[in-house]
Amino acid sequence: MKRVVITGAGTINALGGDVSSTFEAMAEGRCGISQLEFRDVDRLSISIGGQVHGWDAETTFNRQQIALYDRFTQFALVAAKQAVAQSGLVFTGELAARSGVILGNSGGGMNTLDDNYRSVYEDGKNRVHPFVVPKLMNNAAASHVSMTYNLKGPSFTVSTACASSNHAMGQAFYMIRSGMATCMLSGGSEAMLCFGGVKAWEGLRVMSKDACRPFSADRNGMVQGEGAAVFVFEEYEHARARGAEILAEVVGFAMTSDASDIVMPSKQGAARAIAGAIQDAGLGPDNVAYINAHGTGTAANDKTECAAISDVFGAGADQLLISSTKSMHGHLIGGTGAVELLACIMALKDGVIAPTIGYREPDPECALDVVPNEAREADVEVCLSNAFAFGGLNAVIALRRV
Amino acid sequence: MSEAIRIKVFEIIAEQAVLDVSDISPEQTLEDLGIDSMGLVESIFAIEEAFDIQIPFNANDPRQGGFDISTVATIVEAVSKLVAGQAQ
Repeated sequence: MKRVVITGAGTINALGGDVSSTFEAMAEGRCGISQLEFRDVDRLSISIGGQVHGWDAETTFNRQQIALYDRFTQFALVAAKQAVAQSGLVFTGELAARSGVILGNSGGGMNTLDDNYRSVYEDGKNRVHPFVVPKLMNNAAASHVSMTYNLKGPSFTVSTACASSNHAMGQAFYMIRSGMATCMLSGGSEAMLCFGGVKAWEGLRVMSKDACRPFSADRNGMVQGEGAAVFVFEEYEHARARGAEILAEVVGFAMTSDASDIVMPSKQGAARAIAGAIQDAGLGPDNVAYINAHGTGTAANDKTECAAISDVFGAGADQLLISSTKSMHGHLIGGTGAVELLACIMALKDGVIAPTIGYREPDPECALDVVPNEAREADVEVCLSNAFAFGGLNAVIALRRV
Repeated sequence: MSEAIRIKVFEIIAEQAVLDVSDISPEQTLEDLGIDSMGLVESIFAIEEAFDIQIPFNANDPRQGGFDISTVATIVEAVSKLVAGQAQ
């Protein structure tokens, strides 16, 4: 089996427009959640989110590109550009044929859907722009990344709600590990912060009106975010031969299905995924020092996740550091695992654990070290990133310092 | 409390519980009736639609917001208050 390393990373999210500004914000425990700004926001009862404010597509893309790029595609391309630039790779010939892109995404081009539904239903127009379909399809971002970087190998989009990015990165990992591909761009993007996107979430009655406070006894729900993160996964010998800077090694991945409920999480399903990722990495629970939690800030997720971690780690759970960066950048749904993998890379590379901000009151059902409010220095050799989706689909990735 | 409100709330709860309205009694809890958290969210939605009201309800903490869902009777009472408040 081949070893898989990360040689490039890029992002745009509510905390920053690149990896270094995101690391800085995470280390400072800065909150990127603020008042939402878009059309008809006054008709929503939830008016906060981790929105990318001041994003001006026209400074990055030309008119023809914007006609084809929904916001989620724009974010993916911005993140991919940074990641590819950092990796130093140029995809031509055999390398291009053996490299692909797998991105996670849940909502597709939701801004495009919203705008065009308004146009035909509300404004009564009978004609839409010719590119509505290629703009809103869930694979648009992955396809445009493949076209931009000449990636001609396996490329597709994974849509498993809140676990999309982790499932996507898991596939990319498997493909390189098995020898099927040399490089894979992977991660995810989401741009659901528009009237329809937030209105749909409002309906579930699980959203917070004031803040995302994972693991805090007074938590009252999740807060949506938007953005993207994209990574260059590369076969280790290939990276070493060209002297590439290695950010981290991807050492394990596991996925499970609860097979029980469409929205309520299961401790067993989560625990099997966590234990599976550790086992896939050929490690034991004692090797893991940090977990980037799914930590949505809902009553149900956080207590179930803590119980699952306790099941897997036993008494060792008390030594673990666990944090949810959703408290800062919000829940990016299909893009969330990708942005959260950045916190894992920061822990491995810089020895800085991003905090769980907004934490006010211990919850006996979440009695683990959740790194409340302030970042902490720690020597982390191995860490995990959890993602547990609606529909009971769980995906956990294990990273190791190189 | 208006009888019409009581009847409508009973109908909504009965539909969620897949029971006849005659099987619903005021002192029962939603749990007694086999209505889970998703059934509760659907009931709240149906009540809001039926009376054109906004119910302050967050599934993360059903006790918050002052909308008492302890029993069928407290739900009817809470809905009546909201409907009355809206009429003012």
